[in-house]
Amino acid sequence: MTNELNPGLIVILGALLVPFLPGRVLRGAFMLMIPIAAFAYLRTLPMGDFGQMELMGLQLQTLRIDKLSTVFGTIFLIATLLGVIYALHLGDWVQHTAGLIYAGSAIGAVFAGDFVTLFFFWELTAISSVFLIWASGTANALSAGLRYLVIQVGSGVILLAGVLMHYRATGTLTFGAMSTETLPGTLILIAFGIKCAFPLLHNWLANAYPAATVTGTVILSVFTTKLAVYTLARGYAGTEILIPIGVTMALFTVIYALLENDLRRVLAYSLIGQLGLMVAGIGIGSDLAINGAVAHAACGILYFALLFMAIGAVLHRTGTAHASKLGGLAKSMPLTATFAVIGALAAAAVPFFAGFISKALILSAAMKAGHFWAWAGLLAAGAAVVIHTAIKVPYFAFFAKAQGEPGTEAPANMLLAMGLTAALCIGLGVYPEALYSMLPREVKYQPYTTEHIITQLQLVCFAALAFVLALRFGLFPATTRATLLDSDWFYRVPGRHLAMIANRFRSFTWEVVADGIVKGASKTYHALYHHHGPDGLFGRTWPTGMMAFWTTVTLGAVVILSYL
Amino acid sequence: MSAMTFLNAVEPHLPILLIIVPLFGALMATFMRSGTVAWFISLVVSVLVALIAWKLLNTILSTGTPIIYKIGNWEAPIGIVYKVDQLSGFVLLVIAAIAAVMMPFARRSIAAEIKQRAQPWYYAMYLLCLAGLMGIVITGDAFNAFVFLEISSLATYVLIALGRHRRALLAAYQYLIMGTIGATLYVIGIGLLYVLTGTLNFDDIASRLGPALADPERRNAVMAALGFAFVGVSLKLALFPMHVWLPNAYTYAPSVATAFLAGTATKAAIYLLIRLLFTVFGVSISIETLPVPQVLIVLSIAAMFLASFSAVFENNAKRMLAYSSIAQVGYIMLGVGLACLPVLAATTDASPATTPNNGMTAGLVHIANHAIMKAALFLALGAVYYRIGSVLYKDIAGIGRTMPLTMLAFGIAGLGLMGTPGTAGFISKWYLALGAIDTGWYSIVFLIVASSLISLIYIGRITEVVWFREPSAAAAQAKEAPLSMLVPLWILALLTIYLGLDTRATVDVAAEAAKVLVGGIR
Repeated sequence: MTNELNPGLIVILGALLVPFLPGRVLRGAFMLMIPIAAFAYLRTLPMGDFGQMELMGLQLQTLRIDKLSTVFGTIFLIATLLGVIYALHLGDWVQHTAGLIYAGSAIGAVFAGDFVTLFFFWELTAISSVFLIWASGTANALSAGLRYLVIQVGSGVILLAGVLMHYRATGTLTFGAMSTETLPGTLILIAFGIKCAFPLLHNWLANAYPAATVTGTVILSVFTTKLAVYTLARGYAGTEILIPIGVTMALFTVIYALLENDLRRVLAYSLIGQLGLMVAGIGIGSDLAINGAVAHAACGILYFALLFMAIGAVLHRTGTAHASKLGGLAKSMPLTATFAVIGALAAAAVPFFAGFISKALILSAAMKAGHFWAWAGLLAAGAAVVIHTAIKVPYFAFFAKAQGEPGTEAPANMLLAMGLTAALCIGLGVYPEALYSMLPREVKYQPYTTEHIITQLQLVCFAALAFVLALRFGLFPATTRATLLDSDWFYRVPGRHLAMIANRFRSFTWEVVADGIVKGASKTYHALYHHHGPDGLFGRTWPTGMMAFWTTVTLGAVVILSYL
Repeated sequence: MSAMTFLNAVEPHLPILLIIVPLFGALMATFMRSGTVAWFISLVVSVLVALIAWKLLNTILSTGTPIIYKIGNWEAPIGIVYKVDQLSGFVLLVIAAIAAVMMPFARRSIAAEIKQRAQPWYYAMYLLCLAGLMGIVITGDAFNAFVFLEISSLATYVLIALGRHRRALLAAYQYLIMGTIGATLYVIGIGLLYVLTGTLNFDDIASRLGPALADPERRNAVMAALGFAFVGVSLKLALFPMHVWLPNAYTYAPSVATAFLAGTATKAAIYLLIRLLFTVFGVSISIETLPVPQVLIVLSIAAMFLASFSAVFENNAKRMLAYSSIAQVGYIMLGVGLACLPVLAATTDASPATTPNNGMTAGLVHIANHAIMKAALFLALGAVYYRIGSVLYKDIAGIGRTMPLTMLAFGIAGLGLMGTPGTAGFISKWYLALGAIDTGWYSIVFLIVASSLISLIYIGRITEVVWFREPSAAAAQAKEAPLSMLVPLWILALLTIYLGLDTRATVDVAAEAAKVLVGGIR
């Protein structure tokens, strides 16, 4: 059928063998080989379109190698390897297999040359990834998983509808630049937008990622959203509407990330904020901006994976990821703490760490293209990231006053995965050319100018100062509300009031938006259950007479309609 | 006589052998005392029937002209003819192949679920039902179709009543009443046609309806005939809202019988409806002016949603799949309904006579795909029932851990049901959506994809139950299903994937049949 195999398929086929391998050592060695083999294979492929295949009389191109797909494919494979290492201690083949199939399908989607192949992998990412959520086994995870699945596959079916209409209108299935002027183009953008966690389409992310298993969250944080970024970069580069969308994403998540107590949830919101940066970059559409979005996706994958890994290790050892129940772990988990700090520095875009070299590209592009408001918004969001991610997460987990039991250092494989990721975060920061040379557009860019460095350092310092002040005045309700309250310092009136106002703001938005949705949903659910449940009208057995009656009604309707 | 000359001598009589072999097999099975011997007879007969059907379809596809078999050598209007064209050849093979594949599964399952004394009866009734279903599809005569419809239905009532549960009797009784009403309506319809045209042969009726329609008074009678026949057959294929007999029948029948009926019985009725609409009425009336397509589309969409919702809330896995079957029949009938509507010129560049109609292709492809997927799903549940004696969600919780191969096959077929790309279900969905776009009904495209999300919920729910819940006491004790069950199950599960990647076997044949059917009336 195909003459060249999509590298994603190699990962998927490898994943299918995993359950049949005996012993943790053999299985682990094999899993490590999968991304390495796929990467070695990818290196042998020249640029171009391959993997022609016919399905239902349609010509498919299951493999497209160009700079854009290669950079995403490469970073995905690296992340797969890191994810595998991080999960090596697990004996659960369901998670291993699901995680690798998920990674493989995301890689496959990146290399897909046509919409049908893209759709195939798109749906596969959704279906395989839900097992990473279900595997954590809590009641919350089970229902969150099903909701996640419906939304993810929902994105897929919207994509399918768009693709079908696009195909009927244009006669081509090649996945290239799309227009938002047409209905199919808009539908496909919405499908991408769901996976990219556009505002109001983002809830699945914040609910599902913290519900997944320790290792599952790391894997989840890498692929789905970055795949969406890739598809946007491929299909919708320079689409103006993406700029306000991206800036909104960067800004609206700040408040949630600041107030949230569950550190994995903090990271999930922060992740959406960083996606906003990429989306805005794609919206700007200049060569510099596209490069920036792609580079930021690559760096974001690394430092978010690192942060999720560190918090995952904490969760693994202490059983909680809630800020109010953690603290002081730097003593008992010194290496994890170090890696978390490196991840935090990268997230804060401190010079010589990964985030810096990519964020600068997008901000420069926004400025050059004259999008002043976008630039200002993204800059402000960048300051907030320093507070809610780079400082808050490591601070409450490792350096704040201990609230719970001290943990023990993370398992060796987790440390190795974190160490490698941290090395990459620093490596890219020190030697940005490694990443820049892979970027899709030809642009010369020098991130390390005095101006860039000073601006960013100022930003980080002011943000850090703001954090210290906020902490001092008890502006972190996540902690003030819970255990930190015992130190009467924080009972001081202004601090408490501010905290309460912040809390009220949150409950207000929740009441209006979320409660409305929840109430509506539960009403619909009850109505559906009433009619369709086992005892409902459509679920129970009708008396024979009633069946006959409805047959007669149908007959009557058909005959009468015939005579009209 | 060498084997070659024997085959040559038999070949012209293959159409009638398709009926005679299972009928004779049923007779033999009746007189057997041992269930195993009766099973063996059924196995041989089923395989033979499948081979004959395969041979017939191949002949049709290579020659392109229908095979006409005159019974007793009487010419058409007087005698009964059997006619195998692309459509009937395709449906014949689907039914026969599904029946043959699941026969190895049947022995242990039937031995466990049915009393020793009644086992030969089961096989006799099964073969009778198979003969009836093949007869419905192969016959070219409207009344003969009624006779076969009754043969298959009567056998089905017994099959259902043989179920172990007490409610099996009530289910069989309700189906009997409803099935009889349906058959009566159908026979009233063809009775009217006989009065109007003086013939019962499908092709002859078609050619004589033209003059009848020209006369306004007789036109009313034609409309009534169409209405009666349509509703009668629709009841047999469980079109919403005439579907309520189905969930109980499927739930309480023996596991193998459920798998067999779900894969084949409704399909034969669907075939009959397509035959009536397109090659009998469609020839001289332009179908798009009739209310039937609109009714069909509305009821199909209602089935796709309402039955799916019921499946979501079910706590009995067999019943859940039964509701899903009603929804899936909705997909097939939606394709058929869309095929009745005119194709917008703007969307295709060729005339309908040369391009296959996408809606009809979708309907026909889904006949095969749904038969395969649903048979696999019900067989998996049959294996579970064989091991733990229940298919209630609370009992099958966590059974994925003790019966991983069975539940993996279930999962693959479930993916197919959802229309996941890479499975057969996706192919059906693709053509169905194309069919909707062709007619300009963009809103239907959204309804199709939305309803596939509901199937995601009910499949997702059972997946979560069998893999991630704490195992129930029964599930924790269960052993993996025996090989004789796993092999048929996995054949069907792998077919679900294969037919999603290589569509030559299904789409090409279905498209050919669709071209003949829909092209023939335009």
